[in-house]
Amino acid sequence: MNLTRRHLLFLLPSAAVAWKYVLAGTPESAPNYSMANHWWGMLIDLPKCIGCGNCVRACQMENDVPEGYFRTWVERYHVSEWDMENPKVDSPDGGKKGFPPPREEGGKNFFVPKLCNHCSDSPCTQVCPVGATFDSPDGVVLVDKTYCLGCRYCVQACPYGCRFINPKTNTAEKCTLCYHRITKGLTTACCESCPTGARQLADLKNPRDPIHEFLKTHSVHVLKPHMATGAKVFYNELDGSVR
Amino acid sequence: MPGVEGFMYPNEVELQWSVLIVLYPFLTGLVAGAFILASLERVFRVDAVKPTYRLALLTALAFLLVAPMPLQLHLGHPERSYEMYLTPHRTSAMAMFGFVYLWYLMAVLLLEIWLDYRRDIVMMAQSTTGLKRWIYRVMTLGSSNISERALAIDERIGYLVTVIGIPSAFLLHGYVGFIFGSVKANPWWSTPMMPVVFLFSAMVSGIAAVMLLYMLATWARGQKIDMRCVDTVARYLFYTFIIDFSLEMLDLIHRIYESDESFRSLDFMVHTKLYLSHIVVQIVLGTLLPIGLLALTQVLDLTELDRKRIYVLAGCLTLVGIFAMRWNVVIGGQLFSKSFLGYTTYKMGLITREGLLAAVALMLLPFAILWVLVKLLPPWPESNPTRQNGCV
Amino acid sequence: MFFKDAGHLFRLAAVFLIGLLLFLVLRNTLVPKSFGQYGHFRGSALADLAARPVNFAGHQTCEGCHSDVLEKKKDGRHARVNCEACHGPLAKHADDPASVAPEKLDAAVLCVRCHEANAAKPKTFPQVVSADHSNGLACDTCHQPHSPAITAGGAK
Repeated sequence: MNLTRRHLLFLLPSAAVAWKYVLAGTPESAPNYSMANHWWGMLIDLPKCIGCGNCVRACQMENDVPEGYFRTWVERYHVSEWDMENPKVDSPDGGKKGFPPPREEGGKNFFVPKLCNHCSDSPCTQVCPVGATFDSPDGVVLVDKTYCLGCRYCVQACPYGCRFINPKTNTAEKCTLCYHRITKGLTTACCESCPTGARQLADLKNPRDPIHEFLKTHSVHVLKPHMATGAKVFYNELDGSVR
Repeated sequence: MPGVEGFMYPNEVELQWSVLIVLYPFLTGLVAGAFILASLERVFRVDAVKPTYRLALLTALAFLLVAPMPLQLHLGHPERSYEMYLTPHRTSAMAMFGFVYLWYLMAVLLLEIWLDYRRDIVMMAQSTTGLKRWIYRVMTLGSSNISERALAIDERIGYLVTVIGIPSAFLLHGYVGFIFGSVKANPWWSTPMMPVVFLFSAMVSGIAAVMLLYMLATWARGQKIDMRCVDTVARYLFYTFIIDFSLEMLDLIHRIYESDESFRSLDFMVHTKLYLSHIVVQIVLGTLLPIGLLALTQVLDLTELDRKRIYVLAGCLTLVGIFAMRWNVVIGGQLFSKSFLGYTTYKMGLITREGLLAAVALMLLPFAILWVLVKLLPPWPESNPTRQNGCV
Repeated sequence: MFFKDAGHLFRLAAVFLIGLLLFLVLRNTLVPKSFGQYGHFRGSALADLAARPVNFAGHQTCEGCHSDVLEKKKDGRHARVNCEACHGPLAKHADDPASVAPEKLDAAVLCVRCHEANAAKPKTFPQVVSADHSNGLACDTCHQPHSPAITAGGAK
């Protein structure tokens, strides 16, 4: 068949559209990674958390998190008897150096690690005025620090308090689910350094990921479900007193 | 941790929005309120407030020009703020700001001022010399047509602009209320009443500001204050204040009655950290006292001097009260933890980019601009003899 | 007739139009090319974020060279504790093992982080009050970290 100008007129635009879809699968510097095959989340198995603070330190070391700010942190809860609305909570330096022995004995005590919940319906991306924070096609909520104005609206809109403004870049910052690691087949820094396996990266689109079986067989919660954020960090045995 | 009581999420300890973000809704509120007062004359034909018409417009412009400045000073990257015009995120109320602001500045306020002043501008372009002459000539856009017909067209268009301007003014300030009211993460802010409360308190502050400015400027120029005008403005201030107060009380009573998850924490905060700014300054001094004073002028037959004194006092208290309201919303909303288990403190800087000095400077700047505008485009009824329905 | 007396309005409209055109031109030049590629954000931001260098090598990388340690670990209580959980980020060492040496670890600080007794830790987790536990001896006197169970002859 002779390729005439008319053929090209039809072929080229369709090729351009097709190329766009090809590109959609591959962030350029991770050659074997296709965004369409992943939907990231995390599983936090609370009965296993020992409050060692490894995750907080590892995140800080992996991501250059400035002192005094936290992409992830650990809280310690003390719940006395039946009053679920008034737990005593502390998080000394985010739990980075572990926790001192508690002052109050008795009651129920436990640790809760927290991080960005990478909400599928995130209120923070909803309010960004310019599109500097966004939901990636593979389910990670990220911040483009070359585009962020530092207006702090997203920090206000996050119900979980996981965002902050980096004093060096004056832009919004938070947990990236170690995007630079997970796109290379590694796990996040916090999960890598957790000694008890309390934190585990989960790929909800991977049929072989243990998360699927876990979600079916355990009592699993998300933080602040009434906010309907579509949070993708799942907590096993989350106590009702956890804020 | 210093300044923290109870437990706060580690990233919550430092406040995100400073006194500059308190100042911004205060300024746009004055703009909206001043404009509504101007529209009372133009659209609703309340002749009595005519002497304040042009002054109200210039006041609105002066404050509108300063309004983006606290925002720019607050941004982490003000040099990127143009991105809001290029790639506005349609789900974000804040993205509206650039367009609403530009629309209101260009298509409403500047247009209305230009149309109303055009005859004076053309005449001054012909009668002045030097730099002023050039400024006026630019403002005429090269047209010196001030025939009857042209002025009649201006009047008609100006009327339409004011009619469009009223919902535009509501949008300019209402969206700020929505910015706060739509944040589900923050129970102090999240309420559908927020834009309405913001709007009515804006109208109260704008009316009070123009009333005070009119009285001050007239006294400074050695002229007689038009009491019929001021009495009418004060009456509108009184009515609007009643509505504003009722809305705020409704919100309060509703919160106390429903007593949801956040109530205990918020209640404690209002009674301790916000006691001075909320209960004393906003409610007692800034709302109840001015309403009471204005009520006296409506109910009793007071002398002109007494009425003037009360108006000045009530006007000043009103402005302080409305500023306190903005403070309590913005700062108050960040003093408590979203875990409802703790509180932090606002450490306002003094000479930092977002500190007290910057706020004071930005608060004074509109008056400096207004002074220049008044010199350039005199708003006094005496210098506007063509307007037949003045109340001298 | 109307047009003559409304001349100033047409001039104003012209000013507005010029402004609008200017805005459109600026918009075309200033918006980043990849904006909108995957959504309302700069598409190349994904590549920027993914390109960050890695500091933790990941246990599979460690086990590639240190299979002997893996052998020792795999039947003990620390089998699932990843190397860098104790040894810290070692991607630089993995890239250049000869010139970049891992830091020497201090058992006194390291072990108690996990194993100091604390009411908030799960009851089944092995924890001790370190002050009463070892009479001042270092943890690795009796426990070998890669296989911490104590056998008859003390630490191996």
